[in-house]
Amino acid sequence: MNPLERLSELEDNWHTEMGAWFGGERVVYRGEDLLGSLLPEMDWMALYLFGITGRRFSADELRALNAIWTNTSYPEPRLWNNRITSLAGTVRSTASLTLGVATAVSEARIYGHGANIRAIDFQLRARERVKAGESLLAVAEEEFAVRRSIYGYGRPIPVEDERNAPMLKLMAECGLDQGEHVRQALELEQLLFEKYQGRRRRLVMLNITGLDAALAADLGFTPRQFHLFMTTCFLAGMPPCYIDAFEREPGSFFPLRVDRIKYEGPVRRRWKD
Amino acid sequence: MERFHTRIWDEEAEADNPFAARACYCAGYDVYGDLLGAIRWEEYLYLMLRGEAPEEHEARLLHDLAIALANPGLREYSVHAAMNAGVGGSSHAACLSAALAVGAGQLGGGRDLHEAMGIWSRCARDLNAWSEALAAYNAAAEPDRTELWAPMAHPPGFDPNGVSCTTPVRRTLEHLSAIVPAGALAWLAAHRQALEAAAGMPLSMAGVAAAAYTDLGLEAPQAEMLHLLLRLPGAAAHALEQEGYGSGKFPFFKNGLKLDNDPGGAHESA
Repeated sequence: MNPLERLSELEDNWHTEMGAWFGGERVVYRGEDLLGSLLPEMDWMALYLFGITGRRFSADELRALNAIWTNTSYPEPRLWNNRITSLAGTVRSTASLTLGVATAVSEARIYGHGANIRAIDFQLRARERVKAGESLLAVAEEEFAVRRSIYGYGRPIPVEDERNAPMLKLMAECGLDQGEHVRQALELEQLLFEKYQGRRRRLVMLNITGLDAALAADLGFTPRQFHLFMTTCFLAGMPPCYIDAFEREPGSFFPLRVDRIKYEGPVRRRWKD
Repeated sequence: MERFHTRIWDEEAEADNPFAARACYCAGYDVYGDLLGAIRWEEYLYLMLRGEAPEEHEARLLHDLAIALANPGLREYSVHAAMNAGVGGSSHAACLSAALAVGAGQLGGGRDLHEAMGIWSRCARDLNAWSEALAAYNAAAEPDRTELWAPMAHPPGFDPNGVSCTTPVRRTLEHLSAIVPAGALAWLAAHRQALEAAAGMPLSMAGVAAAAYTDLGLEAPQAEMLHLLLRLPGAAAHALEQEGYGSGKFPFFKNGLKLDNDPGGAHESA
């Protein structure tokens, strides 16, 4: 079909199985009645996950997935994405603009969702290769060589990720700490630690991104589904930052003196002398 | 004291307030004491991105490119998005945010442009290299699970929904290439049909813009940022206009949605 035929056929003609609103009557959500059957059955998180995956998750699975969002929601106004909410609060921007754009900013390369998607991709690829007979350590070292890091491993400072222990405890309570990807993630941290005898500790420690990604892999998420699920994972940390700045004098959040600028550009000059 | 490092911007403080600037310098030029009244908008844009004043032909190229890109028209995806914000009375910042989010995409948007800049960087003006690069985009790509951006679904800078190269694209290419007769734009104009044959689809405005940014000496991230910025004026104007018209005159695609798995029977949504 050529482009003209394709566009002509699609004009005012969007077929979907995802859902629709029947005004004054009902809403269909992925083939089910949102207000009639899903509302009594699902809380918001269950519905969100149903929207992303088309699947239903057990109560324990939902509890663990909820915990992923809780453990990433730090009300720390200096973190880059959160700082935007504080800056928005201090200039009295609106709540939705603030949370919307701070969420978009969390789709970053070196942290947040860029790291999430790479972390689950690594756990899935590594599992496939180990099942095919390769050693986990060899797969990881190849990753190091090609990408100079293993997403899901490494910390900005050489201390254990404070989220891992409480998250693992909760996963154990939910019966979700023994999945093949979670065990692989923990095993690799140990293998790397033994290989480097404590050296390169900053680079090889499992971080919460790696642990969350391994859990998601065990629960059958694809990388794109995990990316969508994690899009709002920092959200609960943001309103406190926004409110804190919003409720104080405008402009009071980390005001900057002129001499906070360290200029490294061309010397003073005249325009088109 | 922690400080922000910059090669673009310097300030001197007012005598009575260290938190207020008495003078501001952009790449060494006094903005309010020298540039204001002397510099044109496109020259200032160029200065901020490149750190140096543009040559006259570069300023003219950027000026005319900005005209060509300023309003993609209300049927275009990013403008349509902005109008959806405008008609509902969303904040004006939300209108522009909607235009940016949609206009960032891989079909004619910022990412399309970014990828097209990648071809210019890799292939320069080598027609064979271009042909191979464009053909590679049409080959079934391995789904890339590791990137936020999905793999391109078409050769960047070309229009998968086009039948032939549209008149505005051809006129823009013709006009801009005359400003830089020995540049990337002129090469693109000379080889457009061969490149379209290799891509299997017509050149798009993003493809013309990528050649223009190449002639301006911009790197892909600079070009992408500028492209996002230059396409916003139309989104702003159309969002404001639809806010004025109101919802009654804004298409809802009332008969356009067909639900294929309706548990309540064969109804059309409304």
